[in-house]
Amino acid sequence: MQELINRTKELLADGTVARVLGWRRGDLPTNPEPAYFNDGESLSEFVYNGFCGANLSKYMIEASELDGRTLVFLKPCDTYSFNQLLKENRVDREKAYIIGVGCKGKISEASLNAIGIKNVIDVKGAELTDACDTLTIETLTGNTTCAYRDAMLERCHVCRGKEYVVYDELIGDSADTVDGDRFDEVRKIEAMSPEERFAFFKAELSKCIRCNACRNVCPACSCRKCVFDSTKFDSAQKANSDSFEEKMFHIIRAFHVAGRCTDCGECSRVCPQGIPLHLLNRKFIKDINTLYGDFCAGESAEGATPLTSFTFGDAEPGTV
Amino acid sequence: MQRIGVFVCHCGSNIAATVDVKKVTETALMEPGVVHAEDYQYMCSEAGQAKIAAAIAEKNLTGIVVCSCSPRMHETTFRTCAERAGINPYMVEIANIREHCSWIHKDVEEATKKAVILMRAAVAKVNLNTPLKPGESRVTKRALVIGGGIAGIQTALDIADAGYEVDIVEKTPSIGGRMSQLDKTFPTLDCSACILTPKMVEAAAHDKINIYTYSEVEQVSGFVGDFTVDIRKKARSVDMNKCTGCGLCQEKCPSKKTPSEFNRGLNTRTAIYTPFAQAIPNVPVIDREACIKFKTGKCGLCSKVCAAGAIDYEQKDEIITRKYGAIVVATGFDVIKLDKYDEYAYSQSRDVITSLELERIMNAAGPTKGHLQRLSDGREPKNIVFVQCVGSRCADERGKSYCSKICCMYTAKHAMLIRDKYPDVNVTVFYIDVRTPGKNFDEFYRRAVEEYGVNYIKGQVGKVCPEPDGSLTVYASDLLDNKQLRMSADMVVLAAAIEPSASVRQIATMLTASIDTNNFLTEAHPKLRPVESPTAGVFLSGVCQGPKDIPETVAQAGAAAVKAIGLLAKDKLMTNPCTAKADELMCNGCSQCANVCPYGAISYETRLVMGPGVRENRRVAVVNNALCQGCGACTVTCPSGAMDLQGFSNRQIIAEVDAICR
Amino acid sequence: MPMNDNAEFRPKIVAFCCNWCSYAGADLAGSSRLTYPADVKIIKVPCSCRVNPMFILRAFEKGADGVIMCGCHPGDCHYSTGNYYARRRMTLLFSMLDYIGVEHGRTRVEWVSAAEGVKFSATMNEFVEKIKSLGKNVRLGDLRCRS
Repeated sequence: MQELINRTKELLADGTVARVLGWRRGDLPTNPEPAYFNDGESLSEFVYNGFCGANLSKYMIEASELDGRTLVFLKPCDTYSFNQLLKENRVDREKAYIIGVGCKGKISEASLNAIGIKNVIDVKGAELTDACDTLTIETLTGNTTCAYRDAMLERCHVCRGKEYVVYDELIGDSADTVDGDRFDEVRKIEAMSPEERFAFFKAELSKCIRCNACRNVCPACSCRKCVFDSTKFDSAQKANSDSFEEKMFHIIRAFHVAGRCTDCGECSRVCPQGIPLHLLNRKFIKDINTLYGDFCAGESAEGATPLTSFTFGDAEPGTV
Repeated sequence: MQRIGVFVCHCGSNIAATVDVKKVTETALMEPGVVHAEDYQYMCSEAGQAKIAAAIAEKNLTGIVVCSCSPRMHETTFRTCAERAGINPYMVEIANIREHCSWIHKDVEEATKKAVILMRAAVAKVNLNTPLKPGESRVTKRALVIGGGIAGIQTALDIADAGYEVDIVEKTPSIGGRMSQLDKTFPTLDCSACILTPKMVEAAAHDKINIYTYSEVEQVSGFVGDFTVDIRKKARSVDMNKCTGCGLCQEKCPSKKTPSEFNRGLNTRTAIYTPFAQAIPNVPVIDREACIKFKTGKCGLCSKVCAAGAIDYEQKDEIITRKYGAIVVATGFDVIKLDKYDEYAYSQSRDVITSLELERIMNAAGPTKGHLQRLSDGREPKNIVFVQCVGSRCADERGKSYCSKICCMYTAKHAMLIRDKYPDVNVTVFYIDVRTPGKNFDEFYRRAVEEYGVNYIKGQVGKVCPEPDGSLTVYASDLLDNKQLRMSADMVVLAAAIEPSASVRQIATMLTASIDTNNFLTEAHPKLRPVESPTAGVFLSGVCQGPKDIPETVAQAGAAAVKAIGLLAKDKLMTNPCTAKADELMCNGCSQCANVCPYGAISYETRLVMGPGVRENRRVAVVNNALCQGCGACTVTCPSGAMDLQGFSNRQIIAEVDAICR
Repeated sequence: MPMNDNAEFRPKIVAFCCNWCSYAGADLAGSSRLTYPADVKIIKVPCSCRVNPMFILRAFEKGADGVIMCGCHPGDCHYSTGNYYARRRMTLLFSMLDYIGVEHGRTRVEWVSAAEGVKFSATMNEFVEKIKSLGKNVRLGDLRCRS
């Protein structure tokens, strides 16, 4: 982390960048938050550790409108999101100074909760200085430990790799975190009966409180005005609890980002209700890969997406 | 809020017999926005239109719903009527309660219910309609004719005579097409070349006609009035300006083994060749696949003997890009391949031939110098059997479901010509039906039977067996006498089905013109617009639209020409106002819509965008109304709904959905 | 809402038809007097590529029991490429609906040319039968129920 701060101070000092987009300590040690830093002094608040899951690429949309270059820290998976935004002309490459930061897998309090560790006060071992093996967690009920791996976000277990598709310089080491197949969860659902699948999604989606956290965090879901907030489709009917948007929001959202979603997993990470929203996006990714050939959104900043291209012999609807 | 008038048509009894039109009218009055509703016998009639105009004036209507036949029939009628009465034509919507309702449902209650729902959907849509104004686009006063057969030549001549420039693109080295391969023509029996050649010469000499032979259309962009076409002029390897057409090169060419396309492969031609003696232009081409110079680098004989120095081995394909206001497709036909018809032994015996091959054999300039003979041994045949409907009116996948239309007549012609010239030859024709609708056609066929003694047998040939002695045994059934026949023949002529030229698919795709399951180009309307393609500015001439004989082809060629002239005579065209439109306040500038636009109508501009709380320079999508054809692909690609289609907006379609599901 | 078991189930079916091929095919079915159930209501769109997944979900949400989209055959689109995009969109959308447990068969795409009145009518008859066998659509309307 110190290396990042030192380099950042240099870049601020020599005028290469006008500001820094990074993570700041939050109100709890487990929830650092995205933040701008305008000078070397404010960097005392800067933090980069295992809890810094937030993907900063979407903030570059607004940062591209600001004067001067913005230094942004991107994890390997975040660079795909940035590249996708670049492809859609939403960010300005000239306005970004990208430092690719090492990643040894990201952890979350929700993951700790899921393995029975609750009421977390502090966590040691997430500083990313050495090999990330064991976490020591201070809780209200005493200290406990767990394997770093066990506190990792789902997305890190199926990480696509630690390559950076766009960057200006790289700092820090990464570690391989993969121990699962990315599409296993989707396959598990596909194997269920239609009744089971319906019950599963009904139970999950019924938890939704339409807080829009998933939409706001998603780097692909970045419309100036969301279709669910506009009058263009008669789809914004806030007063009506039985309204269109309530039922179809997540399907439409997944469809709108199909072929553009980089599977960064932010939607699931930020959902306060713990809905595994990535399962919808990943189904589209799996279908696209199976039907139209392997495609990785954000891998390249050029070319069409699977939904803006076709081949003459594409599969017919309903046959898959 | 709109003030909508609903007009329910009885269409005589077509609608009124199955739909309770009074009920539809009464219900309409309860719909939001509807201030007037009435029903009438024939809304499309002058009296019906007068009722609409009167209601517009009286009730100050802002929108119209006509519950009637399909909008494909009378949408334009009612829009024009509305416009004359002072409201924007795009404020009119049609509820199709005839084709989609009264004609397919029998139960009055059910049909009425459905008609009411269709009316509601149309009313819901009109409530959201906005007046639209067509744009204007220019007309390039030049026509392109694709195909240089009799259809293309006639169309080009007619357009050129009206004073407009015409280019003919012909893929073979000469114009003339199928007609140039024919010997005589029915029902007058005059020589094909005698009537075609003057037309070919006239086209070549016409100062308004420009002919590109050995050329193909490579790419088409643009739209009615303003097409841009890339024409690939294939390398002829002979300089057209220098060649005198002396023919010496063809005499000397040592590569003589290529099957002659013109003679249907019945004899061979040289590598440097003109397809036939009267070819226009009379300039040979070098077939680079067959030429020894191109294959081995040695030879060059043609170049040595050419006094004009016209041979150019270095010549390259040339792409000519030209603008056209109208395009006429006249790509013609071919005969189907008979490789799947083993029962007729076409592939096994050289004495089983197609009718087109017989044309070449009977032609004085053909491979046998016009002498009727067997190709296997050169003997004159004594018994000839004609088989009709080979691949036409065919139930299985080997052939075509349609009637090829010309075979009955040309077979009568062949039979008559043979009996005339070789009276001792027996001619038998196996037919399913003899179809002779046409001026002097049946008389012609009767002459074949009555005066020339051609033996017509109703029945299909089941099998043709080549025998060791060189004869052919024909097994057939006689349906009228109800008996099986076995007869010996020494020549069998198959009336093979005709099909659209293979190149038509590609051309249709380039022109975005639709084709049917048999690859015939589709008309804009099968009865009322038979020479126009549904794609504006594209016209159909000849067999590319459906089987037809020469008189019909010439008639249609003239009709297509008139339609093209009608278009070229206009200085400006009104463009379709139902185009896409981007709401710049909502546009992300993401370029996804441009990726799916087939017309390149979407571009991006960085411009000052102003709106509530917004004043900044943004990259936004801009639609070129002259290029946009209104398909709507962009609207679905756009996640925010910033891109919408005028006349079919998201809200309009959703209103229809809601009305139907209500 | 309790359903009367004796009353025949009449599904609500929305059919999106492209202007150039399928709508004309439906017209041909009409002029050829080829019947299909009155449950089918047609909405005309310029091209199958105009059909937004939002429209289909909207129809279901408003009580449709089945939605069918008809367009020109691949290769014959009036706009050259529209139906190719539509094909991918619908393939993915239908797969997603199946994935969340909405019965396969409530959605369908059929390519119907202007000459295929017979096919149009046959397709609609078949589709209505299919929807009748699936019964009333509850799942899409019920996906995000509030307890």
